[in-house]
Order: sequence, then C-alpha cells, then structure tokens
Amino acid sequence: MSGTLPSVEATPDGAVEGLVARLRRGDEAAYEELVRLTGGRLLAVARRMLGGEDDAQDAVQETYLSAIKSLDRFDERSQMSTWLHRICVNACLMRLRTRRRRPERSMDDLLPQFVEDGHQRTPTRAWKPEASAGIEAEELRALVREKIEELPAAYREVLMLRDIEELDTEQTAEMLGLTPAAVKTRLHRARQALRTLLEPTFAGGRE
Amino acid sequence: MTNQPYITCRQLIDFIADYLDGTLEASARREFERHLGVCPSCVAYLESYRRTVALGKAALKPTEDAPGPEVPAGFVAAVKRALVEQKPAT
Ligand SMILES: [Zn+2]
Repeated sequence: MSGTLPSVEATPDGAVEGLVARLRRGDEAAYEELVRLTGGRLLAVARRMLGGEDDAQDAVQETYLSAIKSLDRFDERSQMSTWLHRICVNACLMRLRTRRRRPERSMDDLLPQFVEDGHQRTPTRAWKPEASAGIEAEELRALVREKIEELPAAYREVLMLRDIEELDTEQTAEMLGLTPAAVKTRLHRARQALRTLLEPTFAGGRE
Repeated sequence: MTNQPYITCRQLIDFIADYLDGTLEASARREFERHLGVCPSCVAYLESYRRTVALGKAALKPTEDAPGPEVPAGFVAAVKRALVEQKPAT
C-alpha cells in the first residue's frame, strides 16, 4: 500500500515506542496518544469515503473501539497505521452499505458499446486538456466526486478501495468477499463507467 | 508477422487495466501497442481512461483548506472516553 497513512512507527519522537504494550494494559494515556497520533489520517480516510464530518468521526471512533477490542489479534511485526487503516476502511464500508440509496444506474449504459467486428460503436475522440475544459480545479474535483457517487455501489466500493485507498487486489477481495478476478473486473468497469460520466466535460478536443 | 490481424478495439479496451499495471505479457503488450499504432479511437480511449483514474484520485485527495491531520481536541476526548468505557473492568 503506498503512503495513504504514513507509519506511526516512523514518528520522529519515537512516541509509539511501547505504545502497543501500554494499550494492551488498558493505559488510558496510551489511548489518548494513539488517537492524537493516528486520528488525523483516519479522519481523512473516513471523510473521503463518507463525505460528512459527523459520520466520519463516528466511523473513526468505531475504528478505535474495534481495534482495541481486537488488539490481541494485532501482529506486532506489522504497522499499527496499516492495521488501523484497514479497520477504518471496513467501518466506512459498513456505514455506506446501511445508507439508503437512490435507484442505481444501469452499468450497461456506462460501458463502451461495440459493433460486431469489435470496433466501438462511436469512436472515442481525444479529450480536451483540463486547462481548456472551462472548469476551475476545485469545481472539477467536486464534479468528479459527484460522478463517483453516481456509480452503482458495487463498483464505487471497488474504485474507492483500489484507486483511492490503494489497497491491493487481494486485500480488496478479502474485504468485499469477492475473488481477486472479480475485483479486477469491477475496478476496470468502474473506471470505464466513470470515464463515460466525465466524457461530456472533456469531449470535443482535437482529433 | 505484419500480416497478422490486429486485435479488436473491444479486446484492447479489455486489456487496458493490465496494460497500465504492466502485467500484460510481452506478446499481448506488443499486440496492444500495434493496435494503438493504427487506431486513434483507442489511443483517445486509453488516454481518457488514464486521466479518469488520475482525476478520481485527485478529487478525493485532501485539499489545502481541508482540515489537516490535526485531530479536533473534542474528538480525542470523546474517543478516549468511549475507549475507557469499553475497557473491561479489571
Ligand atoms: Zn481500436
């Protein structure tokens, strides 16, 4: 996993020295230290997965509660930050799944269409560069987030875990109860669907 | 060798994720690139796919005015309280 959460163990002051042992003893000061050291990064993860601040804080609190409860399953050779990240992603997923969602778009409409000989029904034209799409950077980011929200949940989840949280195929498969092959297929389709949704913004560039 | 038929656009598009991951084996990669050499539509598709992935990542990266990695003080206290409550009495 690449740099979603910098390692707690690498904090310059060595504050985490012995932290796990203290957490295991139920040391209350250690709880506080853990949240101070890792909370900011986990909140960032939860905010990007869930959107709202309240929901994000609830999910991160849940993350710590379940992490401490299962601390005896934490392998000390692995990174505390990586371990917490996965628990947090999982807590956010559970929350997303309980949200009531509007009816979903059909994936077929979002995937490229081909004619019998294997050519695209409508050839793809080159996209305009971002600078000439007539959209401010912040506006564009908001638009992309909106389009990611429009993806059917099964695809959005895979896109979030693989491309945004940068879990690998195996980790994503395990978390979602899918085979690695299904994760790969869904990721590819999710990106294709997002591409289709973004096309109107960038279409009409030079050939 | 050059008389060999090209893979179709549909096949090329199926292989894009593996191509970008660098996991296509050498012969498939050669065929992928040979098709790109004659098909502007697939060149445009590949490029827009690549940009889509980058745009997705950029859209969800924290911005400068987003709250930084500092943790709100009230939050630290709330979580600590919850953890202490959860702690089995010893
Ligand atoms: Zn083609």
